[in-house]
Amino acid sequence: MRNTLTIAWKETKTYFSSPTAYVVGAVFLALEGYFFVQAVSVPFAEASVRGFISPATFILVLLAPVLTMRLLAEEQKMGTLELLLTSPVKDWEVILGKYLASLVIFVGTLSFTLYYVLLLFWFGDPDIGPMLSGYLGLILYGGAALAVGLLASSLTPNQIVSAVLGFGVLLLLTVTDQAAQVVSGLGAVILEKVSITAHFTDFARGIVDTGNVVYYVTVVFLLLFLTTRYVESRRWR
Amino acid sequence: MIEVENLTKYYGDFLAIENISFKVNKGEVVGLLGPNGSGKTTTMRILTGFMPPSSGTARVAGHDIVDQGLEARRMIGYMPESVPLYTDMTVSDYLAFMGALRGMDKKRIARRIDAVIDLCRLGDYRHDFIGKLSKGYRQRVGIAQCVLHEPAVLILDEPTIGIDPIQVVETRQLIKNLRGEQTVLVSTHILPEVSMICQRVVIIHEGQVVAEDTPENLSERLQGNERLEIEIRGPAADVMSAIRGLKGVTDVRRDGGGDRAQYTIYSRRGADLREQLAALVVSRGWGLLKLNPMSMTLEEIFLRLTSEEEKA
Repeated sequence: MRNTLTIAWKETKTYFSSPTAYVVGAVFLALEGYFFVQAVSVPFAEASVRGFISPATFILVLLAPVLTMRLLAEEQKMGTLELLLTSPVKDWEVILGKYLASLVIFVGTLSFTLYYVLLLFWFGDPDIGPMLSGYLGLILYGGAALAVGLLASSLTPNQIVSAVLGFGVLLLLTVTDQAAQVVSGLGAVILEKVSITAHFTDFARGIVDTGNVVYYVTVVFLLLFLTTRYVESRRWR
Repeated sequence: MIEVENLTKYYGDFLAIENISFKVNKGEVVGLLGPNGSGKTTTMRILTGFMPPSSGTARVAGHDIVDQGLEARRMIGYMPESVPLYTDMTVSDYLAFMGALRGMDKKRIARRIDAVIDLCRLGDYRHDFIGKLSKGYRQRVGIAQCVLHEPAVLILDEPTIGIDPIQVVETRQLIKNLRGEQTVLVSTHILPEVSMICQRVVIIHEGQVVAEDTPENLSERLQGNERLEIEIRGPAADVMSAIRGLKGVTDVRRDGGGDRAQYTIYSRRGADLREQLAALVVSRGWGLLKLNPMSMTLEEIFLRLTSEEEKA
């Protein structure tokens, strides 16, 4: 675990030595600001976080792969993976450390939106429950999106390719619930179950369904596992 | 300290190394010598646990590199050939990170960073970003991270490649100084370098060990031959037989034909044929177009060695 934290800490610091963290954070918050203002500007606006939490999932489809694209692709390109993998560190410790760093940056950025929550409390009387569930859902959703991005980053030494792969997979996982409406039978069930957005809607409504939590946690574990195996397989090829 | 037994590695269908076996004793500096593509890097990558062998075993400080990979890797300091570094970190941050990865505690990291920065003379660059350093200084950072945790075994892949001559001398001195305290396996394709820093040499060629000896014995064997390149205008057959007749000549080869050809003459050590050859050409009335004493290139030494082994 110590190794994981060492790597997570190093990666978190690295985010700030390049413009990535700042740019991703600024774009995310600017868009969130727009959605917040839009949500509260309508007549009889609802004092809830739903107005900016739901669109955040779409922003993350685009930004999560950007946050993770460097993590493993750059190591492969620079050859530093060789030093990392020949250090007395287990492969999963490396993967988990890098994943945690991206999660820290994401949650850190997200925490700035608490300012909107303060405004809601100041000017309105929001219901706390849906807020908490909304944030929980978004963190789980973001966690899954970052895991997709990290897997994409392990597949190629090229950061752009990694980001595009990440977008592609996330977009696919987003549209499967629409595809589910076209097909019928078992296919529809499966498509709806794998959809990364379908599992989010309940959170936005204020419902914490264990099934949905399990879905996201499973996705994260599965993807981190695949990433680890892929990096390991590098040793066998 | 390092025991390599019958290591074989395939990349797909390509056989990179075949049945490599050698040993490095504690405190020894051993050179892994071979031309590019001979399997030096592959051997080192297997030893450092970057990839497993297709077959065969290797132990570092008694730990099997596959079954006890973590323990084996803990004993090793490794510098890959390309000296990969995180260019967006400062020298001291990078060293602290590598130290932490190797399980060193904070106090020891701080103490050792001071020591290796001193050793590798990086004092002025301690807080500079690695990306801003020149190739030579990056090489020093590479060596610094390699010795940081005082590993029992150092594995250095071509540590003197791509740096300026003064730094080459410094690097060699640095490796020499490690002798006795640490076990060092260093790869190179520069023959004189081996005799300068190594007590023993393992020569690999096309993925196989072709010789293993002390540098002194090896150079004795290798320098058993001297070589001249000569271009003569004259009837080829006559020229060949006349040169063969000279004292000390072991072999003659001809390139090209007609009455103007290039000959490569191999002779015994110490037999300087230049004057004899010149006199011969003049006395026969041929034309001497070129006379060039040549030292053996490494490729040729390997060719010689491999054919020598086959004969034996």
